[in-house]
Amino acid sequence: MNNQVKFVQGNEACAEGALYAGLDFFAGYPITPSTEIAERMSIQLPKIGGKYLQMEDEIASLAAIIGASLTGHKVMTATSGPGFSLMQEALGFAVMAEIPCVIVNVQRGGPSTGNPTHVSQGDVNQARWGTHGDHAIVALTASNHQDVFRVTVEAFNIAETYRTPVVLLFDEVVGHMREKLTIPEPGEIPLVERLKTSVRGGVDYHPYLPREDGRLPMSDFGGVHRYNVTGLFHDMWGFPTDNPKIVQGLLRHLVDKIENNSHKIAMYKEYYMEDARRILISYGSAARSALHVVENRRSRGERLGLLELQTLWPFPYNVVKERCSGARSVTVVEMNKGQIADQVKAAVDDPGKVFLANRVDGVLITPTDIRNFLRVIQGRGI
Amino acid sequence: MTEPAPAPQDLMHPGHVGCPGCGAAVAMKFAMRALGEKTMLVIPACCWAIIAGPHPQTALKVPVLHTAFATAGAAASGLRAALDRRGDNETVVTVWAGDGGTFDIGFQSLSGAVERNEDFLYVCYDNEAYMNTGVQRSSATPFGTRTTTTPGKGWKAQRKKNIVEALAAHRIPYAATASIAYPDDMMRKFRKARSMKGGSRFIHVYATCPTGWRVPSEMTVAVARLAVQANIFPLYEVEDGVRYTLNASGDRPAADYLQVQGRFKHLTPSDIEAIQAMVDEDRALLRRKIEMSRGEG
Repeated sequence: MNNQVKFVQGNEACAEGALYAGLDFFAGYPITPSTEIAERMSIQLPKIGGKYLQMEDEIASLAAIIGASLTGHKVMTATSGPGFSLMQEALGFAVMAEIPCVIVNVQRGGPSTGNPTHVSQGDVNQARWGTHGDHAIVALTASNHQDVFRVTVEAFNIAETYRTPVVLLFDEVVGHMREKLTIPEPGEIPLVERLKTSVRGGVDYHPYLPREDGRLPMSDFGGVHRYNVTGLFHDMWGFPTDNPKIVQGLLRHLVDKIENNSHKIAMYKEYYMEDARRILISYGSAARSALHVVENRRSRGERLGLLELQTLWPFPYNVVKERCSGARSVTVVEMNKGQIADQVKAAVDDPGKVFLANRVDGVLITPTDIRNFLRVIQGRGI
Repeated sequence: MTEPAPAPQDLMHPGHVGCPGCGAAVAMKFAMRALGEKTMLVIPACCWAIIAGPHPQTALKVPVLHTAFATAGAAASGLRAALDRRGDNETVVTVWAGDGGTFDIGFQSLSGAVERNEDFLYVCYDNEAYMNTGVQRSSATPFGTRTTTTPGKGWKAQRKKNIVEALAAHRIPYAATASIAYPDDMMRKFRKARSMKGGSRFIHVYATCPTGWRVPSEMTVAVARLAVQANIFPLYEVEDGVRYTLNASGDRPAADYLQVQGRFKHLTPSDIEAIQAMVDEDRALLRRKIEMSRGEG
């Protein structure tokens, strides 16, 4: 269908993906470079009977979607670095209370107000460890609008499957760039819907008692079951406890449900990897420049490959280790001080062959930049 | 007036990067004339964080602390404490924040600071939406406004938060409204606020935004004047939260104000009637407060 082809910003592709996934509640607060997501939601949601709420700050935005999710809705908020910093407490609450929700961070230069209208990938580690305490987190990213759409849908699927917040780490270039997006037909991408409890009203329901497969069926808050939700360590009823055995069990559950399924959560794309002797690993807008270099070098017969990561957390250590085992060098292309390069070094057998090709000046890393890094790595000078 | 006006000295210079006709830029020019060079500015995220301009064209000739969005009241509290420690009683710590940073994300830090009655001047220049990110609604956006997050038929259906009354309710020594269309009144209020050391002073400045309100840039001052004349934005002062003084208002219908702005173009006659009723209600309430404080005086 022709009207399903759109020419949009990445932020709009994200909004479209969320609507496709079944989102009907969005709460947000304006911040560059993510504002277009909120603006799109304020137009689209009333049309489908959904609700857009503009909040007084980012703390309120995440808290509002957590509340709405508990009552049975698919929810999202969107922000950038400073707002994501304010959301960290509520992010930990969503981890602890196991509330499905999606948080978009369209990255800009930081720290602090930083470089609001320019690109960065500096929030990778913040997504992993921004909130306090031991925990696991899911963070996804994408380099083009079709993938932004797809990954956004997957974010909702993962959030529902594992009862967890999912972070979408896009960046300013992907968010503001315009390119073609084809909206898939309904049903083309499978959707994971809320797993509802089969326990009838009037019968005891345990919100934190996993099924045999580890999943926790939910009951719409305020519906037929009365139960408790808290950021404190809690038992299977949801009531607070400091019983060491239960505390340890819950913490392990929160980490294991994500880490033990990292192979299922891992999303990535491979370009010319089958015979590659040198490998680039990249993600987000940086991966577009990396792909350009790889295609250019391939046309000259050089055996260069690209592993484009879409799942950043849980980091796909096994995938990276296996794909890089025969490579002479692995160059991580990213726009930060090596936040994913550190993970790649931890994954491969020989960290000495891992190099970083980066830019941290608010400008998209170019194919020329990457080529210059590769020349140095190969001992050929600039 | 008991205190002689300081020599008029411009501490805001040409070279700012505001939009043509920016009311917030006009407001700063008058405010700095009244405040003088012994002023420290605390500016959270807002248009003015950009308007001041990059070096070497920076428009402001006083120290500026550009702080995080939610923190202006708190950052100013810290500066004041440090100046006190240094024995500097002359410098006036002045927050210069937009409506988002005052009414919304900054309200907690502002309320916390004025409850402690911090010795500073807090100025909110109000352009009635998040203009720096491209016109999204705030709690300062008036009823009936179209913004990019209250689009089409979903124009804002909530009233504007009354920030001066909220601040007066903290019983701070001084809270006032001011308008760029009434520069003498505005500078008098800034000089008064400057002289009232020892507690929190708050000035709510009406700052036309031609870009966001969709009015021609040459209408900046005219729209600001209409706001006062139509009682949308009456000029008044509140001392210690109870003593009210009316400085300027008028009898023009709200429609005169609404109809010159693109952001209100969609309103029907009955919508405008509803707004007029709200304006009348607010005006009656303000009159009762003024009469009550006269009775007490």
